[in-house]
Amino acid sequence: MFEQLLFILFSVAAIGSALAVVTMRNPVYCAVSLVVCLFQVAGLFMLLRSPFLAVVQVFIYVGAVMVLFLFAIMLLDMKQIRFERLFSARSWVPYAVLAGIAIEFLAVIYGGGIDALMRVSSTEAVEVKTFGKVLFTEYLLPFEVVSILLLVAMVGAIVMVKRSKG
Amino acid sequence: MTEAVIEVAIIFIKVVVLGFILFSLPLPLTWIERKIAGHIQVRLGPFRVGPHGILQPFADMVKMLFKEDVIPEQADRFLFRVAPIISMVPVFMVFVAIPFGESWTIPFINKEVTLYVADMNVGLLYILAISGVAVYGIILGGWASNSKYALLGGLRSSAQMISYEVALTFACIGVVMLASSLNLIDIVKTQTGGLTNWNVFYLPVGPLWFIIFFIAGLAEINRIPFDLPEDEGTLAAGFHVEYSGIRFAYFMLAEYIAMVSMSVLAVVLFFGGWDDPTGLGFLPPIVWFLLKVGFFIYLFMWIRFTLPRYRYDQLMSIGWKILIPLSLLNILVTGWMII
Repeated sequence: MFEQLLFILFSVAAIGSALAVVTMRNPVYCAVSLVVCLFQVAGLFMLLRSPFLAVVQVFIYVGAVMVLFLFAIMLLDMKQIRFERLFSARSWVPYAVLAGIAIEFLAVIYGGGIDALMRVSSTEAVEVKTFGKVLFTEYLLPFEVVSILLLVAMVGAIVMVKRSKG
Repeated sequence: MTEAVIEVAIIFIKVVVLGFILFSLPLPLTWIERKIAGHIQVRLGPFRVGPHGILQPFADMVKMLFKEDVIPEQADRFLFRVAPIISMVPVFMVFVAIPFGESWTIPFINKEVTLYVADMNVGLLYILAISGVAVYGIILGGWASNSKYALLGGLRSSAQMISYEVALTFACIGVVMLASSLNLIDIVKTQTGGLTNWNVFYLPVGPLWFIIFFIAGLAEINRIPFDLPEDEGTLAAGFHVEYSGIRFAYFMLAEYIAMVSMSVLAVVLFFGGWDDPTGLGFLPPIVWFLLKVGFFIYLFMWIRFTLPRYRYDQLMSIGWKILIPLSLLNILVTGWMII
């Protein structure tokens, strides 16, 4: 009962702040809304008995990624720059992308993919130890692939900056 | 039912007491800091209000409360008002996870209460994550003031925070590896039984962990020699240049509480928490704990009035080129030692 109430509270706040991210005009306010949204998601992780994920969410996304976002926004003084419109409002492209994502989510949920995720969560809090063990045994390959992907992205960013400099 | 009510009431009382202590702690700390500054610089420090100026903080408090709350015309009014509160709330939240001892029996009613609010599995990670959030107050305050000095202060703060948070976390990893737990109470328990069991004396890597932690911690709480966000020499007062009155007091309060939390963390992670180094037990554990914390607070103040400030590029190269590689190497060596 109480948990249900908290869930509704966090979800409504998450959706509301996520909408604010895309509708606000001032980029700094967009970033702040995103921070609020990430906190709500951390709250949802907590309700799913995974304090580790909740804390890591705050640590990585709120503590590091969003600080860099704000840094970039303030450094470029984006108040002056108006957002270029990627798509005009009448274009069908954004709607098609949204529909595609929705279909994908539904396929995961109804195709039984969610069961595999639910297997890990239980009524008891997930310990850091079990989490680490699963990550480094059962899911070792995806874990390594993601690490390589991040490394490639980092190298790519550095190469792009170096090239544009000269 | 009554059991649950009593439990909730105990937690409530603990939070209120802790909040009250933390709110009033900056009063003695400002006085002590100014006295220490005075004596280090061979002068008296505050001396007029009360004997040896001991009532000076109250005079300051009254002054802060009655000052006009100025908001610059071009400022972003909403964020300008919210920023001091954003910087203040996380530093209080950190103390939820900090243990001050194991338990204490209340005399007369013989009820044992634990000396921490929450026993978290991920306590250390929680503290590091939440204390990282406090930087938003500085960044947003700097941006919302709409002044060049304040904006530069905010920018410096964000870059500094990102750089040193990495080193700070890496320095803690060694301790976590040794205790094989993120729970602060477990970390203290592995260090009990005299000086040699303290993490700082875990040779040869222990002292290095602590030095990295301490330097990164200094940068994390914006104290000299790393107080670049509020560099008086070049940025006037940095991010809080436009703030006055009670909002300025909030920033100061946050800074002092952050210093206390960093001292507490140093004691818990590296100096055995409430462990009695003599093993004689003539002082209760909580007294040992507070003595150690007091020593670190004094150390922070001592350093403030002894060292000059680093330049911004020096700050960045110390963080990225020295502290982070050193802490990575340290983790590697620790791993070998444990295996």
